[in-house]
Amino acid sequence: MIDEKAITDFIYLEAELLDTMQWQAWLDLFHPEGRYWMPLEWQQQDPVLQPSLMYEDLLLLKVRVERLAGERTFSQKPKSRCHHLLQAPRIVACDPAAGVYKARTSYIYTETRGDLLERYSGWASHEFVEVGDALKIKLKRVDLVNFDAPFGNIQLFM
Amino acid sequence: MAKYGQNADAIAALVREAEVHRDVYVDPEIFELEMEHLFPNSWIYVGHASQLGKPGDFITANIGRQPVLASRHTDGSIHVFYNRCPHKGVKIASEPCGNTGKFFRCPYHAWSFKTDGSLLAIPLKKGYEGTGFGDTQANEGLSKVRNVVIYRDFIFARLSDDGVSFEDYFGESLSTIDNMVDRSPEGKLAVQATPIRYMHTCNWKMLVENQTDTCHPMVAHESSAGTAVKVWKREQGSSTETPMAVQLYGPFMSPYEFYEQSGIRIWPNGHGHTGVANSIHSNYSDIEGYLGQMVAAYGEERAHEILGEVRHNTVYFPNIMVKGAVQILRNFIPIAVDKTLVESWVYRLVGAPDKLYERALMYNRFINAPTSIVGHDDLEMYERAQEGLKSNGNHWVNLRRLYESHEEQDVTAVINGTSERQMRNQFHAWAKFMTMDMDKRAEAAE
Ligand code: FES
Ligand SMILES: [Fe+2]
Repeated sequence: MIDEKAITDFIYLEAELLDTMQWQAWLDLFHPEGRYWMPLEWQQQDPVLQPSLMYEDLLLLKVRVERLAGERTFSQKPKSRCHHLLQAPRIVACDPAAGVYKARTSYIYTETRGDLLERYSGWASHEFVEVGDALKIKLKRVDLVNFDAPFGNIQLFM
Repeated sequence: MAKYGQNADAIAALVREAEVHRDVYVDPEIFELEMEHLFPNSWIYVGHASQLGKPGDFITANIGRQPVLASRHTDGSIHVFYNRCPHKGVKIASEPCGNTGKFFRCPYHAWSFKTDGSLLAIPLKKGYEGTGFGDTQANEGLSKVRNVVIYRDFIFARLSDDGVSFEDYFGESLSTIDNMVDRSPEGKLAVQATPIRYMHTCNWKMLVENQTDTCHPMVAHESSAGTAVKVWKREQGSSTETPMAVQLYGPFMSPYEFYEQSGIRIWPNGHGHTGVANSIHSNYSDIEGYLGQMVAAYGEERAHEILGEVRHNTVYFPNIMVKGAVQILRNFIPIAVDKTLVESWVYRLVGAPDKLYERALMYNRFINAPTSIVGHDDLEMYERAQEGLKSNGNHWVNLRRLYESHEEQDVTAVINGTSERQMRNQFHAWAKFMTMDMDKRAEAAE
């Protein structure tokens, strides 16, 4: 039975997997039809006919993860690392009868590589589905507070 | 230490037949001179008329470092101004776009201007009576950029009063813009969204050169496009249809022979494009209903002619690149000698199926976003070059691939697609537009 704590624990675990660079374990949190979405507009509705920074299915996320470890991935020499500082997630929906689970989490995200360190602020919105007894990510939406600013490389995952 | 100011010979000496001096990328003085000479002497992209749909609409942009403002006047005409109040210089508009209503109003002391730039009103106007205000430039309102040409809705401006005319400057290179516009069954493009913005810590010219650098994709993008191809092969299972995403990434891994035969065309004044015979955009799957619309609009023969032209990257010197086949324009906006803001715009083909817009947006985020793995590959190379060029071991950057002695300048030619001739073409234009007004200014200053 999925309860609110299960959702919160999931989100903390996800951040930990990313911070410890356990990419494959992170991918395993996604449902096969899951998506990772970084909108480029304020309160964006459409990921397909409006521009996004990222809107990726599992195949594309696998490409990213595999690329990070690639022998000839020069933008990862040296490697990037990241740190998630999360506010306690707010449960938006936890309805086992309907199978609807949603949460919204405010965060500060840090990505560093070599001597450089960049910091981003935003909100992560999770939508889950229940598979067996476990939650899987159907949609992870990442809204940056300054989505319209010109960033340098963002190579990891918020 | 000023070495280059008003020294046209010293600047010309930075560009050899098939080499350029590293100062063009790393010397802050050269950058200042580019802002003062190269950008004002060139025709620069300001924006697209569809961003100025109704009277009072405005957009802001920079030409070199100078802020400009374009507006749609009540009579439908488009005007470009320097974005500064004639009173004390405050920027009239600070947002990228908006609608100002019937007039612009300066936020500092409320001088107001019609949307054609003329002075409308000044509060407490009697304070200027008998002061000679009528004879000042301020009385004319917002200073106008006089040389503005709107070509098939693309707004270009040249700040210098004297220089090469728009027609002579672009010549036949406009055929890429034509092809992009013609790809709409209605012959019309629309900007419907903000661009993807990506900050690069490198000189702007590295980005421009890279647009026709066909010997880097299979090397630098092995990590991204190569991995995409590899993962798809492994995961595709019984699937017979290649997803749109893999269709977009895959061709980056084409072998040298592919780029060799696809060709490069150069034009006078530093313009040129890759993908003459075919390109990495040639083999995308058809989108349902589109060909039918095109044939209905243009007839069988013309429709195939338009869609058969799949140029890869067209460089419009000095600082934009247009991809007609996927309706993208990249604007390489110089910020500092080692800092460039890249804004990548997508145009929607008016009247065409949504799927085409979806594909163009997807291409843009795959290749041109700060979150793009292809972008990461490229930026890493630019950053390393920006660092490496500080070395004194060798002062020259080598652009000699497929160089033939005594190459003609300012000509139209089609050549082997792995040639670095378009880069040489750009640097010839660079020296020309950097120095064309230098002697004259030196005299004027005396
Ligand atoms: S600065 Fe614009 S009104 Fe004074
Ligand atoms: Fe590239």
